[in-house]
Amino acid sequence: MRQKRRVRVMVAKPGLDGHDRGARIIARAYRDAGFEVVYTGLHQTPEEIVAAAIQEDVDMIGLSSLAGAHKYLFLAVVELLREKAADDIVVCGGGIIPDDDIEKLKESGVKEVFTPGTPLDDIVKWVQNNVTPRQD
Amino acid sequence: MNDIVEKIVAGDVRTVARLIRDIDDGMPEVREVLKDLYPHTGNAYVIGITGAPGVGKSTLVDQMVAHLRKRDKTVGVLAVDPTSPFSGGAILGDRVRMQRHSMDPGVFIRSLATRGHFGGLTQSTRSAIDVLDAMGKDYILVETVGVGQDEVDVVRSAHTTVIVVIPGMGDDIQAIKAGILEIGDIFLINKADREGCDKTMSDLRMMIEMDQKKYDRGAWKPPILKIQAVFDKGVAEFIDEIDKHARYLADTAGGLDFRASKTKVRQELGEMIKARLIEEVIDRLTESGDFDRAVESIIKGKIDPYTACENLVLPTLS
Repeated sequence: MRQKRRVRVMVAKPGLDGHDRGARIIARAYRDAGFEVVYTGLHQTPEEIVAAAIQEDVDMIGLSSLAGAHKYLFLAVVELLREKAADDIVVCGGGIIPDDDIEKLKESGVKEVFTPGTPLDDIVKWVQNNVTPRQD
Repeated sequence: MNDIVEKIVAGDVRTVARLIRDIDDGMPEVREVLKDLYPHTGNAYVIGITGAPGVGKSTLVDQMVAHLRKRDKTVGVLAVDPTSPFSGGAILGDRVRMQRHSMDPGVFIRSLATRGHFGGLTQSTRSAIDVLDAMGKDYILVETVGVGQDEVDVVRSAHTTVIVVIPGMGDDIQAIKAGILEIGDIFLINKADREGCDKTMSDLRMMIEMDQKKYDRGAWKPPILKIQAVFDKGVAEFIDEIDKHARYLADTAGGLDFRASKTKVRQELGEMIKARLIEEVIDRLTESGDFDRAVESIIKGKIDPYTACENLVLPTLS
C-alpha cells in the first residue's frame, strides 16, 4: 500500500543541562500527534545534533534548553545546518528563555521559541502549521 | 549511471538518508534507483540483533559499533522501534545509546518505525540494507523492535542472527517453544551479573544441545555467551564469534553473497511479489472506488466479506 509522507522530527537536548523531562513530554505529545520522533538524549553538541538530523532526514529539530546557553547552542545548530546545506530543516526551541533572547534567536533563524506554560496543543499545532514533510 | 546511484556509491550521507526516507514512505520512484543499486550490493556483512524489549539491544549495538570501528570497519545501523497503533506516531529512542558515534564518518545510524509491519522489522528494512550496502558499509547492524516469540523476519536478511536474553526470563519450557529461539546463530545472556544467569545458561544449552545430531553432521552450533554490554564485558569475545560464524558461512554453508543463494533469493523474491501485488491491487481498487463500494455493501448486509474479497481480487488477476 502506498504510504503518505510522515512528519519526522528530532527532539534534542544540547549542552550540559541534565533535565530532559520537558523534552520527553514534548516528544510524547509529538508521538500522539502522529509524528515520528527521533530522540537523541542528553548532553549533545550542536555538531552531533546536526549530524544525526541529516542521517535521520528529519523535517524539524526541536531544541530544549533550561540552563542559559540557548543563544550559543541554538544558533550553532542553525549555522551548522546552513553550512551543510540542510537549512530546509526547521529549527524551533523551548525552555527557560528570556524575551530579549527570543527576538534575537528568531532574527537569526530559529523559527519559533516556546517558553514554560505553553500548552502542548499549541506547540503541536504550530508544528502542524509550520513543518511539512519534505516534498521532493 | 543514475545521479542518485552515483552519490550513494560515493557514500553521500544526505542522499542515503533521503533515499531511505523515500523507501520508507513508499515513493514509487525509488524502484528505479533500487534496480540500479542492486549491482553495487552484496558486499556488506549483515548482523541481526533481536530480543525482548529492555534486554539491552541498543546498548549492545553501540558497543559493537565501537569494536568494529577499532578494527577499521565501517558500520551502518538500522534500529527499529514501534509505531503507535493509535496515532501512527513513534518515539525512536535507540539512538540515545549510540549518539557517541554520530560524528564518526565511518558510521551511519538510522532509526525506523514499524508503521504497522509485523515481524520485528519494517517494510523498508530489506531495501534500506541494500542502500547501506551499496554505500560501502562493511557491516550493517539491524536492531529489531523489541520482540516477543514470533518476530523472525530478521533472519532472512542477516548473515548472523543474534538473540539477546537476560537472566530470569521464563522457565525451561520457554526454551523449547518454536519461534525466536530457533533462529539464533549466537545467543547472548546480557546483564549477566543478575541472579539466575547460570539457570538461563543451562536452559539455553539444553535447548541447543537437543540438536546435537545436526552439529555432528557439520551444522553450526550456536554459542552462548555471558556479557554485560553496558560495561563492555564480553563484547570483544562476541565479535570473535561473529567472525567464526562468518567463516563457517563462507566455507561450508554456501558463501556470504545472498544474491547467489537460491533459498535467500526465493524468499526475497516471494516477499517482494507479495508486497507489490498487495500494493497494486489495493491502489487499483481504491482508485476505481470498488473498495469503498464493497465496504458499503458489506455494511448493508448485501454481501459477505468472503464473496466481496473474491469479487475484488480475482478480476484484477486475470
